[in-house]
Amino acid sequence: MTDHTLEPQAEPVWHLTEEEEHHDHGASGPTILGFWIYLMSDALIFASLFAMFGVVAGAYAGGPVPREIFDLKLVALNTGLLLASSITFGEAMPHMEAARVGPVRFWLALTGLLGAGFVGIELYEFSHLIAENAGPNRSAFLSAFFTLVGTHGAHVTVGLVWIVTMLIQLGQHGLNPATKRRLICLSMFWHFLDIIWIGVFTFVYLYGVIR
Amino acid sequence: MTDNLTKTVFGRLSLESLPFLHEPILLGTFIVVALLGLGLVGVVTKYKLWGYLWKEWFTSVDHKKIGIMYIILGIVMLLRGFSDALMMRAQQAIAFGDNPGYLPPHHYDQIFTAHGTIMIFFVAIPLIVGIVNFVMPLQIGARDVAFPFLNNLSFWLTVAGAVLVMLSLFVGEFARTGWLSYAPLAGLQYSPDTGVDYYLLSLQMAGVGTTLSAINMVATVIKMRAPGMTMMKMPVFTWTALCSNVLAIAIFPALTAAFFLLLLDRYAGTRFFTNELGGAPMMYWNMVWIWGHPEVYVLVLPAFGIYSEITSTFTGKRLFGYSSMVYATVVITILSYLVWLHHFFTMGAGPTVNSFFGIATMVISIPTGAKIFNWLFTMYRGNIRFELPMMWVVAFMLTFTVGGMTGVLLAIPPADFVLHNSLFLVAHFHNVIIGGVVFALFAGMVYWFPKAFGFKLDDFWGKVAFWGWVIGYWVAWTPIYIVGLMGTTRRVNHFDDPSFQPYFVIAAIGAVIILVGILGFVMSILVGWLKREQHKDVTGDPWEGRTLEWSTASPPPAYNFAFTPVIHDLDAWYDMKSRGYLRPTTGFRPIHMPKNTGAGVILSALALVFGFAMIWYIWWLAALSFAGLFAVAVGHTFNFKRDYTIPAEEVAATEDKRTTLLAQGA
Repeated sequence: MTDHTLEPQAEPVWHLTEEEEHHDHGASGPTILGFWIYLMSDALIFASLFAMFGVVAGAYAGGPVPREIFDLKLVALNTGLLLASSITFGEAMPHMEAARVGPVRFWLALTGLLGAGFVGIELYEFSHLIAENAGPNRSAFLSAFFTLVGTHGAHVTVGLVWIVTMLIQLGQHGLNPATKRRLICLSMFWHFLDIIWIGVFTFVYLYGVIR
Repeated sequence: MTDNLTKTVFGRLSLESLPFLHEPILLGTFIVVALLGLGLVGVVTKYKLWGYLWKEWFTSVDHKKIGIMYIILGIVMLLRGFSDALMMRAQQAIAFGDNPGYLPPHHYDQIFTAHGTIMIFFVAIPLIVGIVNFVMPLQIGARDVAFPFLNNLSFWLTVAGAVLVMLSLFVGEFARTGWLSYAPLAGLQYSPDTGVDYYLLSLQMAGVGTTLSAINMVATVIKMRAPGMTMMKMPVFTWTALCSNVLAIAIFPALTAAFFLLLLDRYAGTRFFTNELGGAPMMYWNMVWIWGHPEVYVLVLPAFGIYSEITSTFTGKRLFGYSSMVYATVVITILSYLVWLHHFFTMGAGPTVNSFFGIATMVISIPTGAKIFNWLFTMYRGNIRFELPMMWVVAFMLTFTVGGMTGVLLAIPPADFVLHNSLFLVAHFHNVIIGGVVFALFAGMVYWFPKAFGFKLDDFWGKVAFWGWVIGYWVAWTPIYIVGLMGTTRRVNHFDDPSFQPYFVIAAIGAVIILVGILGFVMSILVGWLKREQHKDVTGDPWEGRTLEWSTASPPPAYNFAFTPVIHDLDAWYDMKSRGYLRPTTGFRPIHMPKNTGAGVILSALALVFGFAMIWYIWWLAALSFAGLFAVAVGHTFNFKRDYTIPAEEVAATEDKRTTLLAQGA
């Protein structure tokens, strides 16, 4: 809105006589900016959890160490699923721009399935660890591990609910400015979770097994 | 009923959990609060105001009404927080030698915790957020904030947090751990009762509200400014609101994370901040202070903005050094993020780390000092009108500067080893928060009150409030500085050495003088309302203001501006007045506005139930309310009809009314 640079004239313009379009369309509206800012604040929550993990990463308290409990093959599969889901979401967006609602829903549904697979494997990993007496109460290291990975997983779960919601709303309303805006936000959210996972994968799992 | 069944249904809630049944002080408070509450409900019901309140206020997404509701919340909680202060001052004035005072440690500890928590989270933040909410969109020529519904939700989440804190007075106990509830004391091992849970869950709700509100305000300033208003033509208050909210977004996540981890320690048995199994309690201190120190700048930056607007208005001059003021604000925003460790130099991080944080802390005094000089030079050779808001500004400059200097003293690590956790520190932060933030809040409320309600506050009672606060502050806190410098530690409810008693008696007298100030302010609203016809503001510009908010009516119409203004100069309204601006009286067009919604109230009510159920281990209710929260949030997204149009005729009718009024005034 600041692109109206107005030179001082003899007869200054004091107000707009035509109404500006106040509806929040597409990528230029405040929603996208606001959602970006929200993601940055969420990134800081993760930053705090990473910092907490960093501080207690070696505090095993006589309990299991990363090498004993991390199954890198499982983690690789999980990472693959999540990265693939980012690609499938990326496939949906050009269809949205081209106003083809069918393919958008297809790619979105596929993204959701991959995400559900990710959450499922994570839950399996967690239950397995707890059964092996390597639960979050065992040591500060395990507390931080479960909390960091679990918070990410909870975010993915919220993303799944959001995907289902969008599938329904796309069915009801098709692609209109509101649903398109929400899809853009959801896509940012989904890719953001991918970036966080890259940090978790590297910093928690890979670095964990070599330290 | 079997014991097990009772536990499933009520968790750890029982008749034992109602301490007011056997503590006379609490019983008295409970009776007073209950009578006041019942009286209020009675009056609202008798005059059939529920519908009006629900439709026009509770569900409103109008930034002006939300701002006013925030301020009402802040003032109500100020009365609660201040009665805690009076109780502490009374206890410390009498509890010497053989006299144990009237508050046992168990109770006294809850009072100082509640006092600090309430004053920061439920008084200072709501009042600042309220003023920003009301003023900032008007200053930038916008019709509302970027996300009107989110604004309503933020407010009600803050209310839910406040209600939860108030509940802890009568149901169970509040925390006894100090206003930041340090671990490991706040862990389950040392604080097994409900206190810390009340603390964590209520602040978590209010914190989410504040974060969402901050995102909203930043998006508003960046995206919603009227055409022509470049960044360097924004009023200083808008600048400080922007920086303050950017800072809030940067710090609240750290607090949310710290509280989340402590909650996990208490509820899920994790080992983050415990003494055993590898826990790192000092990590909690680091995280809460990464929030805590910048937080005082989140509060004081908008305060600086308020002082800037008032100084410029009441000296009839453009603000001296506008751009240096902006840069100083930005520099303070960044530096405030780099000083948190000065709150625990005694942690033992070593001389290198302590020096860094000590020096960074001292450096902040440079941009702050630049601001003080800017205000002084604005006043220099100005045509100063010493009306009430300007009096607050002068009192601020005198009081705050002293607080700033004791702050620099505390920033020296070796000195801090002596003064850490002493009453000197307590006097210092009351000095900067009362002298910096509270004075600004009163200045701002007096200054913008006529804009919000169309009449000025009563001047005589306003002056009583002013002198009560200023004199009361100095009488109450000077002796505390002195005993603190002599080594008295904070949070003590009984002293052995009788030679300190006179200082605490003087401090108690000071607190009573501040009480006069608070009552004076309440009176100035009451008397101002009674005399509202005399002090009416017809022009919309009662103080000869310079910024856009004074160009519209008092109180402003729902749409703020009939036409979106175009800005040519920093002091936009002054520019308009001095270049012969004529208010348009024809050609009105329909205006799109957001629709009211009850979703914010419902979500916050569910959050409140969830918090209460968690505190009392009523798991079925917690699960139910959490599911409800999720369902309502998702359900709300299915409502696509969120705005309505004010027809052109209605705009014309509102504006014509103002034209008539203005003609009568002239």
